[in-house]
Amino acid sequence: MKLTLKIWRQTNANDKGSFETYNLDNISTDMSFLEMLDVLNEQLVTEKKFPVSFEHDCREGICGACSMVINGQPHGPMKGTTTCQLHMRSFNDGDTIVIEPFRSRAFPVIRDLVVDRSAFDRIIQAGGYISVNTGQAQDGNAIPIEKDTALAAFDSATCIGCGACVAACPNASAMLFTSAKVSHLAKLPQGEVESTKRVLGMVNQMDQEGFGKCSNTGACEAECPKEISIENIALMNREYLKASISSDKMG
Amino acid sequence: MSWFTNFLLSSIGQKLIMSLTGLFLIVFLAVHLTGNLQLLYNDNGEAFNTYAYFMTSNLFIKITSIGLYTGILLHAIQGILIWRRNVAARGTGYKVKKASDASFSSRNMGWLGVIIAIFLALHLYQFWAKMHFGTMEMINYHGYDYAVKDLYSVVDHIYSNPVYVIIYVISMIVVGLHLWHGFQSAFQSLGLNHKKYTPLIKGLGMIYTIVVTLGFAIIPIYMYLN
Ligand code: HEM
Ligand code: SF4
Ligand code: FES
Repeated sequence: MKLTLKIWRQTNANDKGSFETYNLDNISTDMSFLEMLDVLNEQLVTEKKFPVSFEHDCREGICGACSMVINGQPHGPMKGTTTCQLHMRSFNDGDTIVIEPFRSRAFPVIRDLVVDRSAFDRIIQAGGYISVNTGQAQDGNAIPIEKDTALAAFDSATCIGCGACVAACPNASAMLFTSAKVSHLAKLPQGEVESTKRVLGMVNQMDQEGFGKCSNTGACEAECPKEISIENIALMNREYLKASISSDKMG
Repeated sequence: MSWFTNFLLSSIGQKLIMSLTGLFLIVFLAVHLTGNLQLLYNDNGEAFNTYAYFMTSNLFIKITSIGLYTGILLHAIQGILIWRRNVAARGTGYKVKKASDASFSSRNMGWLGVIIAIFLALHLYQFWAKMHFGTMEMINYHGYDYAVKDLYSVVDHIYSNPVYVIIYVISMIVVGLHLWHGFQSAFQSLGLNHKKYTPLIKGLGMIYTIVVTLGFAIIPIYMYLN
């Protein structure tokens, strides 16, 4: 298939950046979206031009690195998948595809499509630790956990920290990510011990990073590659309210 | 900062204020509509005017209305602050936007709110200010030992002007759009999201929004036609 690509090019954080147009030919529908970009980059290198920088690692939907907005959708048009799991058969011959970096003041562009998502790492760090013994792995059944609870916690835990929720949110809010991280531990007895400290720390850090505030639009859950539900946000709201009232820290 | 201000200034605390003031305004709208429907009686304004007299003289209502003024101000100021922060949080915008992930209402709460605030200023100037500070004809209805202000005639006069009727109806549509998202959103902000109850809340929100929007809009149209 033949494609026209309009891609955001920006040499560094201070560069103003602009869209460049590229034409590609002979793209197979079996290629993944990232393979299509690989073909483009080979073409650019033979033309002695700088290849397009984009992030990728696992290429199987588990690392969350492949952040980009494709025709206005983070990770492209397929529901519940990452960019690396998107295939060219989702597009038609002759299509124009606009590719932009995730846009959020808290995710500054490093180069082209690569953004700095370390704000997420700092939110996770602010959550602190959980009290479990290290060393030998525990017996799996030492702490009995009801099946439904385990599944619910697992659903929240599938968040891969990709940042698509922030990119999709009209307010660039990080509530879905933060709430998934708060919830998957809050739902389990192992995580309950520090749950007060955790939610206060993570929400506080989230606010400091400059993300927007949640308007409950639901755009995040619609675009999340792991289909994390905004029920997690409600749970975090409850946890935060409870923690603010019950914590004995005055400041 | 104390834990309390910390909480109120956090994004979740701010949303809690939006939600509680929003819900308070929702209750107010229901009460306000019930009162206003008395404008539909063909009784020379007796029901409406005596009701308006009660609403401006009863101590409990007076105290509640101070809460209402504070609530609206808090909701509007907080809403505009949140909106500004949210626009700033995006920074550079997208070239291509797929809008349908989020409903029109949910994406435009700020604009809708500002239009409501402008309407509110006009609305308060036309009726509230006139009732409290202006001069009005007094009427003594049969069976009452006191005279009441004839607010009914003021309302009737204003809505004989089609421009005001149109402004009013458009404003009600804007309120409806604000609530289409706002009603259920307020519960989510409070942390109330439940497999069993959330669909009920959403349904109730839609019914409330339609009934209230239509209910208010009918009044000036009816008065204009009569
Ligand atoms: C008739 C009067 C009004 C009612 C009944 C009302 C109701 C509501 C409700 C229920 C919410 C949802 C709260 C939440 O998501 O937690 C809301 C949100 C909002 N309101 Fe209003 N509102 C009114 C007037 C206004 C005015 C005058 C403004 C501003 C000038 C305003 C600005 C906003 C904004 C910006 C939001 C969204 C906040 C967010 O991002 O979540 N509203 N409103
Ligand atoms: S909640 Fe979903 S969209 Fe957000 S970071 Fe996690 S996996 Fe990505
Ligand atoms: S490259 Fe790992 S999720 Fe896409």
